[in-house]
Amino acid sequence: MRAFAELLDRLSLTASRNAKLTLVRDYLRETPDPDRGWALAALTGDLTFDAAKPAFIRKAVEERMDPLLFRWSYDYVGDLAETVALVWPARPGANREPELSEVIDALRGATRAEAPRLIEAWLDVLEPTGRWALLKLMTGGLRVGVSGRLAKQAAADLGGVPINEVEEVWHALHAPYEDLFAWLEGRSDRPRPDSPGRFRPTMLAQALDEAVDLGKLDPADYAAEWKWDGIRVQAVNEAGVRRLYTRNGDDISKTFPDVLDVLDFEGALDGELLVMGDDGVASFGDLQQRLNRKTVDAKLMAKHPAGIRAYDLLAEAGEDTRVLSFRERRLRLEAFVAELATPRIDLSVLQPFETWAELADLRASPPPGDPQIAEGLMLKRWDSIYEAGRPRGPWFKWKRDPFLIDAVLMYAQRGHGKRSSFYSDYTFGVWTEVEGKRVLTPVGKAYFGFTDEELKQIDKFVRDNTIERFGPVRSVKAEPHFGLVFEVAFEGLQRSTRHKSGVAMRFPRIHRIRWDKPAGEADELVTLERMLDQMEKVSAPRAP
Amino acid sequence: MIKPEALLRPTPAGLYCPPGDFYIDPTRPVDRAVVTHGHSDHARAGHGAVLATPETLAIMAERYGADFAGATEAAAYGQTVHRDAVEVTLVPAGHVLGSAQAVVKWKGLTMVVSGDYKRRRDPTCPPFEPVPCDVFITEATFGLPVFRHPPDSGEIARLLRSVTQFPERSHLVGAYALGKAQRVICLLREAGWDKTIYVHGALERLNRLYEDHGVELGPLSPATVATKPDFAGAIVIGPPSALQDRWSRRFPDPVQAFASGWMQVRARARQRGTELPLVISDHADWDELTATVDELRPGELWITHGREEALARWAQLHGIQARALALVGYDDDEEDG
Repeated sequence: MRAFAELLDRLSLTASRNAKLTLVRDYLRETPDPDRGWALAALTGDLTFDAAKPAFIRKAVEERMDPLLFRWSYDYVGDLAETVALVWPARPGANREPELSEVIDALRGATRAEAPRLIEAWLDVLEPTGRWALLKLMTGGLRVGVSGRLAKQAAADLGGVPINEVEEVWHALHAPYEDLFAWLEGRSDRPRPDSPGRFRPTMLAQALDEAVDLGKLDPADYAAEWKWDGIRVQAVNEAGVRRLYTRNGDDISKTFPDVLDVLDFEGALDGELLVMGDDGVASFGDLQQRLNRKTVDAKLMAKHPAGIRAYDLLAEAGEDTRVLSFRERRLRLEAFVAELATPRIDLSVLQPFETWAELADLRASPPPGDPQIAEGLMLKRWDSIYEAGRPRGPWFKWKRDPFLIDAVLMYAQRGHGKRSSFYSDYTFGVWTEVEGKRVLTPVGKAYFGFTDEELKQIDKFVRDNTIERFGPVRSVKAEPHFGLVFEVAFEGLQRSTRHKSGVAMRFPRIHRIRWDKPAGEADELVTLERMLDQMEKVSAPRAP
Repeated sequence: MIKPEALLRPTPAGLYCPPGDFYIDPTRPVDRAVVTHGHSDHARAGHGAVLATPETLAIMAERYGADFAGATEAAAYGQTVHRDAVEVTLVPAGHVLGSAQAVVKWKGLTMVVSGDYKRRRDPTCPPFEPVPCDVFITEATFGLPVFRHPPDSGEIARLLRSVTQFPERSHLVGAYALGKAQRVICLLREAGWDKTIYVHGALERLNRLYEDHGVELGPLSPATVATKPDFAGAIVIGPPSALQDRWSRRFPDPVQAFASGWMQVRARARQRGTELPLVISDHADWDELTATVDELRPGELWITHGREEALARWAQLHGIQARALALVGYDDDEEDG
């Protein structure tokens, strides 16, 4: 338990992806079975308990200490699990610390009524970091900034194998994954991946570099289709096992029972998960409301029904179609989708074109309807097989040009890791009128899009023009006659009640630093509002 | 018996002793001062006369220059000095080099001003000495039950493990320049780290002073690009403020560590961008505070600064009369924890 607790402790404060990978990989290497397997399951989200409710934990600690001292402690720390871990008044006579696997075995065998007593006994023997880790595990959700994919990548690193190979077998395995580690450590063959309903590692596209790539590519070799603005998913129904996966292999079946219901086929589809209203595809914001929810809200499901726009066919009736060419797969896909005859699974239609110029025009001015809110175009080589990862050449994404506005730097925050001595996270605003006065209102935050050299220059500007400091944040001088203007690029706008300005940007980044531009000439909030109106208008009517 | 307030009373300038006409750790210039230890919030320049341990006087002279006070008087640990009718004895507080509690006696009344203190072993100074008293005047920097400092050897082991785990990165340890930095260096030596430790310029003079007082620090070198162009795998120690400043940019992808009692709380570590918090404190944690009060069982407990209300509450629950003085001017902040 101690090694696992220390791992979680370090992960919770580590920002760099590489450092996280090192921490997880080293843990997996140094920790014996079955502990490491349970830890991996906890990190990938394949192991969750809700054995302890916050109310129970609070009651247990208040039985042991003065409730007022506890309340002051909680007020200071701000997190229940952490407070209890620190203040827990352990009763003497405690046993030795349990291993992670002992905790899990005991809890699995325990009744709901027995669990609290077990947890209290463990809290007595563990030190504060161990108690914190235990409470995190018991209350469900580690939240230490590690995605399932990162944990799998660390496991792949341990064995020196590509992550695809781990992902492909993942859903055929069960915690504590002794067979996986045996393979990764070269002690046995790779586990067989062919369990029904499994995830197949996703094929991804390279970004198209217009200047370099287009000159070399022959338009006749490629098919083009819209890149829809939802989330990429894989929908599987094999031998009665229905699953919906994200492109990283996270199982999101529970969140989308309405989609699972329409998977009346035998095979595996690759497509885009979208909210499909009567008027066509809804904005990403509507889909976002349905993501990351633990329980399904029936009302929300009715209001924002989800469906799949199919891109590809990965398996059909037990046959692996990934080895076929895109041209063949596409023909099979069209027949496959037509046979389903459900409006909730439709086809991503190919866009015929002769020349790159013709396609460029299409991308620049998409026809009315759904394509208006597409992210851009996808190019797929007719003769390419479906290959896991991001191979260079067969698939390209050709994103729509971003939206651009000029905004003024308002606050800067210190970064993390390598950037912890730099003010590298920027909040920027645009002008608006409040009670007859022209003031800046924050519209977004960005922390990339600039070079290291530019970062140094902005950092100096921030330090030289600080008005106020609050912890790691500085407010920066920003007036009509003095301020730093950023040209900010973003992918879309949504209405937001959380932001004072009422708008939220998707994927904002610094496009250019306008040292030359007077702050007073930066954009107005009305410009953003107009853009938003425009986006909502064009996406409403469905294409005939 | 006479009232304790007749011997020591809180004033805006700090604790004042009317029969002896002196202040203890005054926060503004006074004629006569007793200084418990060299941290700048307790030891200020500009007093008429200062009574302190020889080590504390040396630290003040190093920080403020030789003329930091009109006159100085050194009192070794255990040596009793008279201030008019009042007896003052300095006894070890275990906080930093030279740190002392002031034991003040007058007309059969004994009051102990702890200054800042801790109860655990520190290789850089002698341990806290409990003195039975009528009134114990304690600090409460970490006076909340959430502050339970783990053994420092375990914290150092985590640092060394990280150094092995990330050999391509440097490890920057933020540590207060007086006391914490030298203690961390000594703990690293005890854990077997015998390589050169690189230090920020702000630490150099105090390091030398510690060595002059017999605290061995092993091989140290200034953390300049001239001494070591590549700090991969190195341990570097600097004052907390320097870690987030431009100074830190000379190090390759540093792991930011910070040795402080405040690092117990994850949100504090996160707010500073600390990747490796080391819970190493020169103050008593909650268990040490309550154990000390329990051990001394003073007639009254006075609490000078920190989280007074929680410790006062605890004392009352345990049948000890407690009073929060709420003295201002003693830094309760991150730099010195």
